[in-house]
Amino acid sequence: MTVLLEARGVAKKFGGVQALKDVSLSIRQGEIYGLIGPNGAGKTTFFNVLTGLYAKDAGEILFEGRPLDLASPHAVAAAGIARTFQNIRLFGNMTALENVMVGRHVRTRAGVFGAIFRTRREREEEAAIRRRALELLHYVGIAPRAQELARHLSYGDQRRLEIARALATEPKLLALDEPAAGMNATETAALRELILGLKADGLTVLLIEHDVKLVMGLCDRVAVLDYGEKIAEDVPEVVQRDPKVIEAYLGGSLG
Amino acid sequence: MKQRERLGLILVAATLLVLPFVLAEIGTAWVRIANLAILFVFLSLGLNIVVGMAGLLDLGYVAFYAVGAYPWALLASPHFGLHLPFWVILPLGALLAGLAGAVLGAPTLRLRGDYLAIVTLGFGEIVRIFMNNLSAPFNITNGPKGITRIDGLSIGPFSFTSTDTFLGLSFSGPIKYYYVLLLLLLVIIVVNLRLADSRIGRAWVAIREDELAAKACGIDTRNVKLLAFAMGASFGGIAGGMFAAMQGFVSPESFVLNESIMILAMVVLGGMGNVWGVIAGALLLSFVPELLRYTVEPLQKALLGRLVIEPEVLRMLLFGAALVLSMRYRPAGLWPESRHRREMKERLA
Ligand SMILES: Nc1ncnc2c1ncn2[C@@H]1O[C@H](COP(=O)(O)OP(=O)(O)OP(=O)(O)O)[C@@H](O)[C@H]1O
Ligand SMILES: [Mg+2]
Repeated sequence: MTVLLEARGVAKKFGGVQALKDVSLSIRQGEIYGLIGPNGAGKTTFFNVLTGLYAKDAGEILFEGRPLDLASPHAVAAAGIARTFQNIRLFGNMTALENVMVGRHVRTRAGVFGAIFRTRREREEEAAIRRRALELLHYVGIAPRAQELARHLSYGDQRRLEIARALATEPKLLALDEPAAGMNATETAALRELILGLKADGLTVLLIEHDVKLVMGLCDRVAVLDYGEKIAEDVPEVVQRDPKVIEAYLGGSLG
Repeated sequence: MKQRERLGLILVAATLLVLPFVLAEIGTAWVRIANLAILFVFLSLGLNIVVGMAGLLDLGYVAFYAVGAYPWALLASPHFGLHLPFWVILPLGALLAGLAGAVLGAPTLRLRGDYLAIVTLGFGEIVRIFMNNLSAPFNITNGPKGITRIDGLSIGPFSFTSTDTFLGLSFSGPIKYYYVLLLLLLVIIVVNLRLADSRIGRAWVAIREDELAAKACGIDTRNVKLLAFAMGASFGGIAGGMFAAMQGFVSPESFVLNESIMILAMVVLGGMGNVWGVIAGALLLSFVPELLRYTVEPLQKALLGRLVIEPEVLRMLLFGAALVLSMRYRPAGLWPESRHRREMKERLA
């Protein structure tokens, strides 16, 4: 299997906190890759470094063999990495449909001139944006909410909207930061189906999740972070039995 | 429904077309007031792109009004003895204002909220002070005395300053300007509505709503913000050019901080981001003070026999009260954007 994303010796420090310490991992094309670890382990920081929101102190990240160093967030999105946020970040006063339409920005071109003169090309592009956005809302199952303001959606629907918006950028790698947080059992089950569907469509998924059952059931491989260090990386069955991992979780919840 | 809308549109259009003649009956001053009100609609729509859509607080917007007014004043007046036609100087003013917008935007891209407000406020003052002081060693702007005898608008042999009689109706200068401004207004509204409902317009709103998420969606926030500054400023430039032509006189005094604040108040009161709300805000804050000026004095004299409160004092009092009340009861403006959206949805459903 070819490697889609490769991180080598990534480090990030906040003041006295070493949030990431020499983290190396590689994600293969088409797999669901889990990133777990206790609170404050550095999972979200890894996402932020990966997507160019934070500059890393050391190391390099290769995406499709090309370095992502110095890339700004919008260039990372253009390269084909999309993400969701742990604390949902939608455009609250835009409709659900518009949120997804914003996601199309990076794959479309119309500028001020096109907008003002409504050239034929612009009209066609705009129609395509709208069509694709509606398709994606269908895909994640919230099409009936299309015209509602994002901030009026239920929590679970907001999480799904964020996924639709990320998918609108046509990513090769979709990074989900705790997508099941705050979801009830039904919603989590639907999310699980959604992620499996994405995988079936050939997308590579990087998943941060605290719901251990979900992670272990979904992921092809799992990496465990603890105090900014990767302490394990393997298939779920092996990781689950790893003494270091069990200790990191204080022997408890992985059982 | 459809028919009622069409009827409403025809009524509005007819009202707008006969309005200057009705106003002229009351007094030519009122036609001028209407013209200035339309200029303020241009200005608020321009500022609305920056503040309302992109969420970038700009307290020095009047600088772009000045940057649009001065090219016209300098290139079409006896000051330099140049008399360039409108189709050169109006676009030039818009272009220069747009450039000035980008110049202001570039160093402030990383600033938000209060910090951005302070820098833009400073920028507005700097431009005014420049206009005030660029009279020596070379006299460019004529300093605080300003520039007089500016050419009015003329299209070919057709001049907008003189009075013409047509079909038995007397078209005075202000009335002719009114129609030009109305036409320009129509264009500017269409441009704004189209921008708001486009890829770029959505990117502006996305930045206002959550800049970080906008970046993660692949929006180059730097370019898109610069575009907002430049587009917004160019509307100010057009308004400035028309202002110079209509007044025949400009001086730095027309471009003080108070004007920036007034324009901002129009945007905020009307409903940030929503084109129709902003238009309403601009008209309201343009006309109400003038109405007061013409009614308060006679009314007090008639009722109380003497003048108790000066109109100017009352104007500021009411202005303050209106802002405080709208902050308290309608913080999103009289016609806020999201409400408008929901209404649209209900109409579509
Ligand atoms: N912007 C920041 N400034 C300062 N410290 C930060 C910042 N972001 C993260 N940290 C610190 O870095 C460490 C790792 O945080 P991070 O958010 O990556 O953890 P996490 O694994 O995502 O945890 P959780 O499961 O609670 O989401 C924590 O100690 C956190 O306090
Ligand atoms: Mg986290």
